[in-house]
Amino acid sequence: MTPGEDAVKSPTDFSDSVDVQRERRQLAETWREPTGLVGWFSCVHHTTIGRRFIITAFVFFLLGGIEAVLMRLQLARPENRLLGPDLYNQIFTMHGSTMMFLFAVPMMLGLGIYLVPLMVGARNIAFPRLIAFGYYLYLFGGIFLYFMFLLNSGPDNGWFSYVPLAGPQYAPGKRADVWAQLITFTEVSSLVVAVGLIVTVFKLRRPGMSINRIPLFVWAELVISFMIIFAMPTVALASTCLILDRLIGTHFFNPAEGGDVLLWQHLFWFFGHPEVYIIFIPATGIISAILPTFCRRKIFGYTLLVLSLVATGFIGFGLWVHHMFATGLPKVAQSFFTAASMMIALPTGAQIFCWLATLWRGKLVVKTPLLFVLGFFFNFLIGGLTGVMLASVTLNQQVHDTFFVVAHFHYVLIGGSVFPLFGGLYYWFPKITGRMLSERTGRWVFGLMMIGFNLTFFPMHQLGLKGMPRRVYTYLPGLGWEGLNLLATVGGSIMAVSVLLFIVNAFQSLRAGEAANDNPWGAGSLEWATAAPPPVYNFARLSVVAGHDPLWDEFEKQPVVTGVRSDLREVLVTTVLDAAPDHKYLMPDPSMWPFLTAVATTGLFVGSIFTPWAVVIGAVPVTITMIGWFWPKRREQEEQAAAEHGHHSGAGKDEGPVGGERPIWEGQA
Amino acid sequence: MKLWGKQKLWRNALPVICAAMLTLYSSCAGRQSALDPAGPQSLRLSRMWWLMFWVCTVVFILVMAALCEALRRARSRARPEVEPIAERKITKVIAGALGISAVILFILMIADFMTGRAVYSQPQNALQIKVYGRQWWWEFQYGDPQPSRRVTTANEIHIPVGRPVMLQMTARDVIHSLWVPNLHGKTDLMPGYQTTMWLQADRPGTYRGQCAEYCGHQHAHMAFLVVAESNEQFNAWFENQCRAAHSPIDASQQRGQQLFMTRGCVMCHQIRGTNAGGRLAPDLTHLASRQTIAAGTLQNNHDNLGNWIADSQHVKPGNRMPPSGLNGEDLQAIVSYLENLK
Repeated sequence: MTPGEDAVKSPTDFSDSVDVQRERRQLAETWREPTGLVGWFSCVHHTTIGRRFIITAFVFFLLGGIEAVLMRLQLARPENRLLGPDLYNQIFTMHGSTMMFLFAVPMMLGLGIYLVPLMVGARNIAFPRLIAFGYYLYLFGGIFLYFMFLLNSGPDNGWFSYVPLAGPQYAPGKRADVWAQLITFTEVSSLVVAVGLIVTVFKLRRPGMSINRIPLFVWAELVISFMIIFAMPTVALASTCLILDRLIGTHFFNPAEGGDVLLWQHLFWFFGHPEVYIIFIPATGIISAILPTFCRRKIFGYTLLVLSLVATGFIGFGLWVHHMFATGLPKVAQSFFTAASMMIALPTGAQIFCWLATLWRGKLVVKTPLLFVLGFFFNFLIGGLTGVMLASVTLNQQVHDTFFVVAHFHYVLIGGSVFPLFGGLYYWFPKITGRMLSERTGRWVFGLMMIGFNLTFFPMHQLGLKGMPRRVYTYLPGLGWEGLNLLATVGGSIMAVSVLLFIVNAFQSLRAGEAANDNPWGAGSLEWATAAPPPVYNFARLSVVAGHDPLWDEFEKQPVVTGVRSDLREVLVTTVLDAAPDHKYLMPDPSMWPFLTAVATTGLFVGSIFTPWAVVIGAVPVTITMIGWFWPKRREQEEQAAAEHGHHSGAGKDEGPVGGERPIWEGQA
Repeated sequence: MKLWGKQKLWRNALPVICAAMLTLYSSCAGRQSALDPAGPQSLRLSRMWWLMFWVCTVVFILVMAALCEALRRARSRARPEVEPIAERKITKVIAGALGISAVILFILMIADFMTGRAVYSQPQNALQIKVYGRQWWWEFQYGDPQPSRRVTTANEIHIPVGRPVMLQMTARDVIHSLWVPNLHGKTDLMPGYQTTMWLQADRPGTYRGQCAEYCGHQHAHMAFLVVAESNEQFNAWFENQCRAAHSPIDASQQRGQQLFMTRGCVMCHQIRGTNAGGRLAPDLTHLASRQTIAAGTLQNNHDNLGNWIADSQHVKPGNRMPPSGLNGEDLQAIVSYLENLK
């Protein structure tokens, strides 16, 4: 699996002298990922973990898609008896939970894990073992959910799990606990990944990539990482209270004992609304990465785009109450959230205008990734405009919790997020695998998805206005809903075909696809400056960045960072604002401990569904594995000493951090 | 390069838009439709909808037109343009577009506030009805100063045309949401909270409402009817509801009543004027006067009633009514007794 050998032939990553070749070999040896079964569980390189995140998330996307098709089949005609209420309620809950927690967020984080270190020109992500730990927890959480579903214990209270329906009195059995613990798994996983991404963006950027040159996709990942850190603790708190209510009889949400059912909704949506932006913002980053490449020019309005991302991240926390307009909160309070919900249209609008300007002034190269971005414009605009409608308290009270809302958020999440994601998959597939996806099949995938998607979800607007509520397992004939539901089911199957076609395309390309060169689209960002697929050390030559799109800004003439040792997993840490070299840091070696810690943590999480004692007993293996993880190893200590020796034997502190005899940064930027 | 991308996009998109527009206009009418207003509030809300709809449609068309023009220019040109003077001009255009967006959003917000003022202002002389949401049916209690005239009924209310009705709502178990699209938007019913909403019908008719907050197993079958009728009709109906239940008039009905009182039925159901006083399930005092049974799921007729009593779990799986185990003559007897409860 080590793609290191290919790197030697990389045309963009210059390879002239024997010295350089020797250095590459040494780098490949230093950064080598372990092999074998034990090795598989010990990998810590971000490309390995990122790839696993992406593939796992895609598998969950397919599972969620199968659930969606089942729901559409059930709703194809009135009083259908294909799925009973019990199964349907489990399936719609599984669909929502899967798509939100096991597909969308991990997929966006997985892309971040894979791409962010490459885009900022680092050799690995910060805290790679923690990221690996996050992956295993995510995987185990997903397996746990589906295992329980197969045992007919899948959650059935919706992905929002409102109390008291999910409380101890109305949800006997373990279904609601399964949901609550799934949340625990995914929130811990997202939190650790968010921490890794933030530190990577802040501290591991290539010299020269000052804060005003960070690629927009990286900005997007940075913004959502902060959003995760502020939003996830809220749902962690809420789901813990729910488990406590269910497991040991606390009464956080029991009105009979002074608890409050609305408290859950506030806590959940304070997380739940930002969650939507956590899914959407990376998609805007993907668009900002794809558009310049296929318009052959710099993105228009970089600063405005960055400010829009950050503004969306802030305002996204101020509109959760628009999910609760029907709960009879004071009208003045609702007006505030109406204003906030409408206001968020402005940063989003600013992004759309900047992208239009980029297109307007560019030279168009029509390839599949661009098609998905154009599809995004059409679909997302519809979703965004219905979002403005939903911001209105009065109109919201008519369409809230109806199929109109189902249509709206699928236009936002599929149109706004999955379309760019597929564009991104076509765009970065050659980088990740070294093979091109078929352009011809790609156009079919796009066309079918576009038609299928609109056929499925557009009629739902009208269904909602004609009174069809959400989350119903069936409906009566004679209310004028039959035709539109059937149309949606037909559209859904077309969409399913398009996804299947994509899978065929991917497998064909992997097996016998056209080999990709390092920069097949002629893009400008740093991930294209290395081989496809990237070697385990990412970059041999650490050229300084001189603009927004480094490869378009005379990359080959830039000075090169030297003095970062290639016999150790050494990386250069730079300053937050200017990305000036600060000091050097030793990345950890591969280790099996993150995997073992994840196994121990899983035991604790799953056990605590059944008995509170699992927290006490389960803490022991978690502690042991944590101690194992952080136990200082002799080799690492020696490496550290070696690195520090080099560090101090050089020049004094005033002359900046240097390693070995050579300066880190030759020449000037 | 052929003019491929845009054409393809529009070839896909145009029929979809056309079909969409057509379906949106075709038949907004219906007895559970937000776009077929029958009261002052839903009329206001539907006006708000059409305002939103047209504003958003215009914005959508403008942005799509800009996209098409951008694609046309970007395709025909040989080289991208980046010279700074023109870029600055575009910056100004974007600033203008953002300004216009802000103004549009502001206008929509003000329109929303004004609609809200009209829709939520407290009415005078309203008929008071208490509503209790239960898994999976609706309990209604008409307020009256005289306790004997506080009528309790289920899954169907009658209201006089032109008179506002104030609903005071709470839930007995989990959260529900009351929604009659032809009359008004929805308001949640939550345990531990009392919410209110008022509505009014301006033309006679039967409007269907349905629970809009997911409330478990049979959320799909939790509907009710609002019958709006003239004042006289309403008063007649109300007077009838105030009366105790009719007594059995033949042997079969007598047998039915006896069965009702001796089997499990009395544990949950109430029939005023008899010993049946259960409060867990719908009040059956005037069951036969209602149009539907099983919370708006079935027409209230002989066969449906029989099937329901024999095995309600088959009709509405998971509902709270246990199978009665009745069949043959006993079933006929109990059905004929209930059919007499007009």
